[in-house]
Amino acid sequence: MTVLCLAELDGDAVADVSLRALTFARALAGSVATPAGTSMAGEAGPGGGEGGVGAAGAGGRVAAVVFGRADGVPVAELSAYGVADAYAVESPQLTGYAPQAWARALAELAEEVSAAAVVAAGTDRGHEVLAHLGAISGLPMVANCASAEASADGTLRLVRHRWAGSLLEDAVLDAAPALLTVAVDAVTPAAADAFVATRVHAGRPALGEADLRVAAVESAERSGGASLATARVVVGGGRGVGGPEGFGALEELAGLLGGVVGVSRVVTSEGWRPHKQQVGQTGTRISPELYLACGISGAIQHMAGCLSAKHIVAVNTDPDAPIISHADYAVIGDLKEVIPALVAAIRARDGSRQ
Amino acid sequence: MEILACVKRVPMVGGKIVVTADGQDVDTRMSGFTVSPHEECAVEEAVRLVERHGGSVTVLTLGPPAAADQLRDMLALGASRAVLLETDGREWGPIATADAIVAAVRARAGQEGAAGDAGCPYDLLLFGNEAADTGDYQVGVRVAHLLGLPCVTGIKNLDVTMSAGSADGEAAESAAGARARARREYRGTEEIFDIPLPAVVSVKEGINLPRYPSLPGRLRAKRASIEESAPEWHPEGLRKERLRVPPGETKRAEVLGTGADAVPALVALLDELGVLS
Repeated sequence: MTVLCLAELDGDAVADVSLRALTFARALAGSVATPAGTSMAGEAGPGGGEGGVGAAGAGGRVAAVVFGRADGVPVAELSAYGVADAYAVESPQLTGYAPQAWARALAELAEEVSAAAVVAAGTDRGHEVLAHLGAISGLPMVANCASAEASADGTLRLVRHRWAGSLLEDAVLDAAPALLTVAVDAVTPAAADAFVATRVHAGRPALGEADLRVAAVESAERSGGASLATARVVVGGGRGVGGPEGFGALEELAGLLGGVVGVSRVVTSEGWRPHKQQVGQTGTRISPELYLACGISGAIQHMAGCLSAKHIVAVNTDPDAPIISHADYAVIGDLKEVIPALVAAIRARDGSRQ
Repeated sequence: MEILACVKRVPMVGGKIVVTADGQDVDTRMSGFTVSPHEECAVEEAVRLVERHGGSVTVLTLGPPAAADQLRDMLALGASRAVLLETDGREWGPIATADAIVAAVRARAGQEGAAGDAGCPYDLLLFGNEAADTGDYQVGVRVAHLLGLPCVTGIKNLDVTMSAGSADGEAAESAAGARARARREYRGTEEIFDIPLPAVVSVKEGINLPRYPSLPGRLRAKRASIEESAPEWHPEGLRKERLRVPPGETKRAEVLGTGADAVPALVALLDELGVLS
């Protein structure tokens, strides 16, 4: 089967999220069809789950779509990820990101390559473009798939995320082509075993006026400090902080650790801190080396934002709080006592070393 | 301006998610229900726009009869009309949901009859970017296509500019020629979309901080009538087999100590993790 995958760019390279989507696409293209009902799609909890991701199997082919000039296609990366054909979509009408136009181009290419599935990373753009493609084609679009496997009867067995990954759904999709976005934190990017020479083609989609009604008109650089999404250390504060005035100590600690402050949803709902500091399902997803969660109970919506944290340390008065069963280490106690003492200890340590 | 805000009733899930024995639903015997967070912000945004530009907010949901509770919560925030598309409790997919919403919008246009240019009875249709439970990311987009409207999603900032009224004594602000400027985050920068109204806009939490309902608002909501209809469900190619909690979710933290006495062990751990300078 042929799987068509949208490859988003990050500068001149394929975005990490799209490398994950390509890995997913290759596994799907190469999945061996088994009689319906006898195979289970792989266990695909957050952090793991892709099966058989070598070269796409016999008859399996991955084609990628890149929006931009043909000479800007990152061929080496696409080859490494097993992409046989890359379509560079270029149009004088397409100056910036235009979701419906991108979907129109994908629809055209899916037909051209007889795609059994169209795949994109589960990003704002990926979800949006595939939703448009679903609407244009009248087909279902399945968001945030962790794994997909072809069955002999032509259906796909899927595992998809609900509740931002706190719950999994096993499902069967009967639609051609299958339109899927990939739960990016469920797939680890992996290059193909075998080298595939990527042929680059220039695509010129036929776009209508309506396809171009919505386009990003401007992309202004925003000022901002260290980003929550990429911070190496995040010091989290929840209801236990008690009020807006309680965040000074957490800010001080974050500063000492070269990190930033993140907060739970109750903190932003109460207006104690701005929403851009929220960690979780409706906020930012973090992937720090250390997440020090202070006074946070650990609601699933919060933990969904911390799936990629390497180490979680909880400071909480309640030894039975849900966060304790998500954390690696815990201090049972009041953060108002623990954090100032920790700050003092780190300062004393730094002082004695000078 | 006339605004439709669509919301979804979702389980209020706390520290743990539990699936029913048949694997078909989230067990809600121990929890309540709420409006999905992005959608509460959609209603708040609608109310703010109407406070600025005049008009009214209609809030709509598709769900079981008990979803009337969530409609009343949104009426208490400042919506003035509520529409319940009643289901028998089974889960609706995004295609069937969009079809039912579009049918309700067209029925409204029909009621207004002569008023319209056979067009959309709303200047703006607001959705949450994705529902907290199913996370399908598409109902708003599908509605936009079915109604032939432009659509933007993931919006964290929205400005509407109404055109100045004509000189012959019409309303000072007119929705004809109105535009919206919508912004969203994109890899640390902002994408800005400038679109004509009527349009569909899906918003994300953080676009505003929803107000607490006032007491008069709550009393009004309690008495308000809710328009009900029962659209027909249809299947759509994706069949749910079962829901399950991801494996390996339960571990137990190693306790370093209690209170400030734990600080030396905590410092040693931070040092080991290499986060101390």
